[in-house]
Amino acid sequence: MSLSPDDLDAIWLTLRLATTVTLLLLILATPIAWWLAKTDSWLKVPIGALVALPLVLPPTVLGFYLLVLMGPNGSIGEFTKALGLGTLPFTFSGLVIASMIYSLPFVVQPIQNAIQSIGDRPIEVAATLGAGPVDRFFSVVLPLAKPGFVTATILGFAHTVGEFGIVLMIGGSIPKETRVVSIQIYDHVEALQYGNAHFLAAIMLGFSFIVLLGLYGFQRKRSGEGLHYGR
Amino acid sequence: MVDEPSDIEQQIINARFQLMLTNKINGSFALDVEFSVPSEGVTAIFGESGSGKTTLLRCIAGLQKSNPAFLSFNGEVWQDRAIFKATHRRSIGYVFQEPSLFEHLTVMGNLSYAIKRASNKLNNTFYSQVIDVMGINDLLGQGTNQLSGGEKQRVAIARALLLQPKLLLMDEPLASLDVKRKLEILPYLEKLRASFGIPVFYVTHSVDEIMRLADRVIILEAGKLVNQGNVSELFSNINFPVQSRDDIGIVLDCNILEVDEQWQLMKVAFNGGQLWLPKRRDELSNSQCRLRILASDISVTLEAQRDTSILNQLPAEVIETVPEETWATTLLKVKTGDTILLARITNKSLSQLALSSGKKVWIQVKSAAIIR
Repeated sequence: MSLSPDDLDAIWLTLRLATTVTLLLLILATPIAWWLAKTDSWLKVPIGALVALPLVLPPTVLGFYLLVLMGPNGSIGEFTKALGLGTLPFTFSGLVIASMIYSLPFVVQPIQNAIQSIGDRPIEVAATLGAGPVDRFFSVVLPLAKPGFVTATILGFAHTVGEFGIVLMIGGSIPKETRVVSIQIYDHVEALQYGNAHFLAAIMLGFSFIVLLGLYGFQRKRSGEGLHYGR
Repeated sequence: MVDEPSDIEQQIINARFQLMLTNKINGSFALDVEFSVPSEGVTAIFGESGSGKTTLLRCIAGLQKSNPAFLSFNGEVWQDRAIFKATHRRSIGYVFQEPSLFEHLTVMGNLSYAIKRASNKLNNTFYSQVIDVMGINDLLGQGTNQLSGGEKQRVAIARALLLQPKLLLMDEPLASLDVKRKLEILPYLEKLRASFGIPVFYVTHSVDEIMRLADRVIILEAGKLVNQGNVSELFSNINFPVQSRDDIGIVLDCNILEVDEQWQLMKVAFNGGQLWLPKRRDELSNSQCRLRILASDISVTLEAQRDTSILNQLPAEVIETVPEETWATTLLKVKTGDTILLARITNKSLSQLALSSGKKVWIQVKSAAIIR
């Protein structure tokens, strides 16, 4: 038993999706995390709750709303059509956007916690040493919050690899476009190809275990820093 | 509102800050301070905790927003209604209360952080001087968590100096250290004062630190400036609010006139007379020193004494008698030359010598501590 070309396509697509989503999320989540860590605004609580929503919401609910919004009659759909981009559901781009929303809390929260645990003092010290805001971020915040960023990267990537419901709702099962590993396993099972399903499922199991092993090992080494998921 | 300085070249710091802080734990706090001090030497900002010392220092640094506010340094406006120079654009060095080294950098990395961002290129002589005065040459290669609290604070001071700021702000740099470490760092601060001609604002609640380091003091109480003046003037004031009974005395800035090697004595002159004192270390004639004379170390006689072991007798005039109610004693304010001294005598002596304002007396100074 070995991987079929379809299986390999699914694995490749999954890796491409997870990498794209993680990179985009790090760029998007950092300012959100910064704002949540620093603000005194009353908006902090509602925005924080909004960011955390995907933690508790069934992926199908999120996927359903996105499907409606991004569909030809939804507001986002109208907008993307007006831009000449067509509609997003059942495309790789649509999947990237949905995955970003779904994995957002897993990236925002570790970064937010890391920034909070640094406190204001090192940033003030840097300012008194002549460092401007951008300089302060790269010379002080980033190195001190590194454990948070590493945790965020690992969790964002792993969580995107592991999603299913939202892909099913918004992506369907289009080879090389939206058929990721979890969908491929589902398709194998539906077709009663248990052998193929076993093989892919075992790979996912091994991957997930190794990722968490690496993450916990990293957190243990840096105990007291970043965030401790699952403990 | 402080008038904008007319002379651009004047060496003066003008400041005015007004702000209200509200905090769930401490309630609200208002700072309302206006002052003008020469931009040289050490200006201590003194007060109890919660009096707004640190807030004032943070305003000067631009770390705390204040409105309305005015701040000018040697004629250069750092803050007014329209201008707010951000902290990183103010030519300041800041030493925080607790040692605040960057933990992700080594000692050398911390120093380089400042050197890279300094307004002027570093000159090697200056660098060696800073390292030398702060005594941190042996620490350069170490990580910051290997250092003791005192060592960290010395590195933090060196880091602030290497930025080559025009103004150094120090927020109780000794407060987080135990007594032994304090005594270890004070000499470095004294050397800093003597070696670099940089004006310093020094926040403290320690009278001892003020006497050893400061030239002038700004006293804050509940966010308001209640008194301001030269150290020697303030300590001659009986009402100076911070002295305990045993510590009441005055501070004199003196010139060393001559050093007598035979008897290990030195003669100092102050604004009102001369005193002989045991020399303490390698004092040089023509240098400055600061003395502290406690009220309990001055006694009063009506006639000049002969055959006394006390070296120092000065003619003086009683200015005021202040009874100390809880004890059977009275504080005498006596004037010699332009200087006011304080003497503590028993109420019995007061009555027997019939002392009152205007009476001419002789004072005997039993001892004086050289504090700087």
